[in-house]
Amino acid sequence: MKRKLAITAASMAAISAQVAVADDMVFVSWGGAYQQSQHRAYVEPYLEMNPNISATWDESSAEAVAKLRAMNEAGNVTWDVVDAVAADAIRLCDEGLALEIDHDALLAPAPDGTPASEDFGDLIVSECFIPQIVYSTTFGYRTDLIDAPTDVCAVFDLETYPGRRSLEKRPVNNLEWALYCDGVAKDEIYDVLATEEGQERALAKLDTIKSEVIWWSAGADTPQLLADGEVVIGSTYNGRLFSVIEEQKQPVAILWDMQVFDLDGWIIPTGLSDDRVARAKDFLYFATDTQRLADQAKFISYGPARLSSAPLVGKHADLGIDMAPHMPTDPNNAANTLLYNYEFWADYRDDIDAKFQAWLAQS
Amino acid sequence: MNSTCGPVLAADGTPLKKSLARALRMQKLRALMLVAPLMLFIVITFLAPIADMLFRSVENAIVADTLPETIQKLSEWDPTRDQAPEEAVFETLYIDVFFAAEEKKHTRLGTRLNYELTGISSLFRKSGRRIGRFPTDIYAEQFISQDSRLSDPMFWVRMMNDPRIVRSLPLTARTWTRWTHYLRGEGDDPSMEDVENVFYAALFFDLRNSADGISEVLNNIDISNFESIDLGAEFEAIDEDWVNPSVWRTIYTYSPKYTSGYFLNAVDLQKGLDGPEVRPENQRIYLLLFQRTLVMSFVITVSCILLGYPVAWLLANLSTRTANLLLILVLLPFWTSLLVRTSAWKVMLQQQGVINDTLVWLGLIDDANRLIMINNQFGTIVAMTHILLPFMILPLYSVMQTIPPSYVHAAKSLGATNWTAFWRVYFPQTVPGIGAGSILVFILSIGYYITPEIVGGTTGTFISNRIAYHISSSLNWGLAAALGTILLAAVLILYWAYDKIIGMDNMKLGG
Repeated sequence: MKRKLAITAASMAAISAQVAVADDMVFVSWGGAYQQSQHRAYVEPYLEMNPNISATWDESSAEAVAKLRAMNEAGNVTWDVVDAVAADAIRLCDEGLALEIDHDALLAPAPDGTPASEDFGDLIVSECFIPQIVYSTTFGYRTDLIDAPTDVCAVFDLETYPGRRSLEKRPVNNLEWALYCDGVAKDEIYDVLATEEGQERALAKLDTIKSEVIWWSAGADTPQLLADGEVVIGSTYNGRLFSVIEEQKQPVAILWDMQVFDLDGWIIPTGLSDDRVARAKDFLYFATDTQRLADQAKFISYGPARLSSAPLVGKHADLGIDMAPHMPTDPNNAANTLLYNYEFWADYRDDIDAKFQAWLAQS
Repeated sequence: MNSTCGPVLAADGTPLKKSLARALRMQKLRALMLVAPLMLFIVITFLAPIADMLFRSVENAIVADTLPETIQKLSEWDPTRDQAPEEAVFETLYIDVFFAAEEKKHTRLGTRLNYELTGISSLFRKSGRRIGRFPTDIYAEQFISQDSRLSDPMFWVRMMNDPRIVRSLPLTARTWTRWTHYLRGEGDDPSMEDVENVFYAALFFDLRNSADGISEVLNNIDISNFESIDLGAEFEAIDEDWVNPSVWRTIYTYSPKYTSGYFLNAVDLQKGLDGPEVRPENQRIYLLLFQRTLVMSFVITVSCILLGYPVAWLLANLSTRTANLLLILVLLPFWTSLLVRTSAWKVMLQQQGVINDTLVWLGLIDDANRLIMINNQFGTIVAMTHILLPFMILPLYSVMQTIPPSYVHAAKSLGATNWTAFWRVYFPQTVPGIGAGSILVFILSIGYYITPEIVGGTTGTFISNRIAYHISSSLNWGLAAALGTILLAAVLILYWAYDKIIGMDNMKLGG
């Protein structure tokens, strides 16, 4: 009797272990509206097609590199596909924590047969990275509290646009804007920023508004500060501003000038078993095809990474408004833009961040 | 004492002392076995990970592990001379970077060294990408044209099993061993893989440096007319930084397996050639943050005492029913999410917040001059005092409950004023509660992270915010570990000081 029980228990355990491995897929993303857009645009349809698979979301993308490194050191990678910004994807690829892939072999071609590598084009910034969206970091301002600015340098102009501002608590983007508004030509920004004097010059420019700045560290901060009237202008991700303006109907508008483009996409972690890799690839083939990426734009105002998806972008699923004019990549919005310089920041992040934080801490 | 009187014996004939000792030992062992599961649990899940993390603050094996040959050659280089190392170092660098790129370790090393000198990260990334395109195939061609067996991996496997060869071709042998280790890790067989250019290069370097004892196997090889390439120039072509002495000085300085570099960095110093140097002023931040953390934690502890003491006194002196109701009010925020409470303070304190609105409505302040009460030290102190208050009130309450009211009555009946009765009789009895509460609040606030992050702005952030940044963003775990170790040491020193001044026996956490 005892023995029979033991056997039953063992086989039960074996079955449940097998079920856990075979059927549950762990998706790692950012939480909030963005994760919701992924869930509705392609995870839900994918689960419907594969009823034996269940999905678990882990909202850890912000710490993806640190956590994957720790999982890798422990030899137990529990994530199947990971959503990461391009800079993190490059670091993961560099450290051997993300799988290198052949984009044309793994991903669906465009409907007209264009291979995936051409459809994504330059957005494939790393051999491990499958781009999903183009998003931008840009400014939102209160339409009722200040005159509508047309130039990003309004942020540094306290006379014409009085009031507090919110900026991200890190050097990336802020120093670029500061140099640009200090008269540095756009294509020379990184040459200047690479020098000691250039870094000091950027911080000196930021010094002129330092007393009026609230520094944010979460993407939700600026929308809240704008909505409460704590700041009159502030930087954040364009999707957050869309939801403040269109969903919450706050008196806020977007200043698109000198928006900084960045990419977000998928990676597959290394150290997975072969069948888990195969399953992740199967999912990614579906989730990054032309239609699915266009579908995602129904839920959030981030530009699909495929060229072929752009004409398919339609109306918002719940609000019913046209999404194309809200995309950061829309020609009207993208007249003057900057692209996140991955190589520069990979080198200078540690150094400049130390200086930036030291500068911040001095009151 | 009479010498014939032997030791007292137990019933079984052993000396009583011994038998007692054994019984005691057994008892202790049994007690130990009872606590063993918990001990093991704590050691495995708490102490070991902490020790492992703290160890990272001095561990620096990555440089020596990734560039073993280069480090060895570089030890002959004089870092004080303003000159890049000679060709021999670049030859070993070629071999090391080749393996690093195969194992995908070169960028990790680049990241590590980039903490010390900006630009090394991309230097290694670029070099890893380009190393395979070095024209070292000319060595392969020249060797194979003299002895075609050298193109056969099987021949290499046999050759490298010969101890005489290994002795006379040390660099080639070491390189081959690394290769076989690497292939075995990948599940591949060295005799099936193509012989990479790096082995012909290593063979050339070995033969050039000495040429004895290998005649039996490679007697037909004559390298005197070999065309060679300048690897230093090849590296320079990738990036001029490779001939920059400060890059080499960084590699040289951080080549030992253990380094004090992270600790120096954590106190705003840096490793120089002649010992620690002070960091440039625009990069100093950690001492300021440590000092700020300690000062603000102290202020928070004092505010908790000032606010918590009357509440605890009230709790201890009211009727049980009212006291219980009040206790629930104290505990209620305790059960609310930390994030919710911190965000609530944001709503209260911000410029367009409840307090400012009320003050403007009352006409106490002008609409244009609203008070700035958040995103600074004030906001952090207010929010953290509120959050940590229960940790002060509860120990105080439990101590005050045990103080019989008759003491104060007696003091008063002997003529003491209210103040004297309180200060000379009641207060000294509550000191153990204040001590316990203070230690709790102080230690908790020193390591606080989330509240300063949300309401601290730039002047109200703690050292823990930088630790979190280095753990999850910059991935400089060594520096994070060093900062954490210093913080832990500070807490232990304060604990020790408390023990010396007031005494741990005097601390009371419960009635």
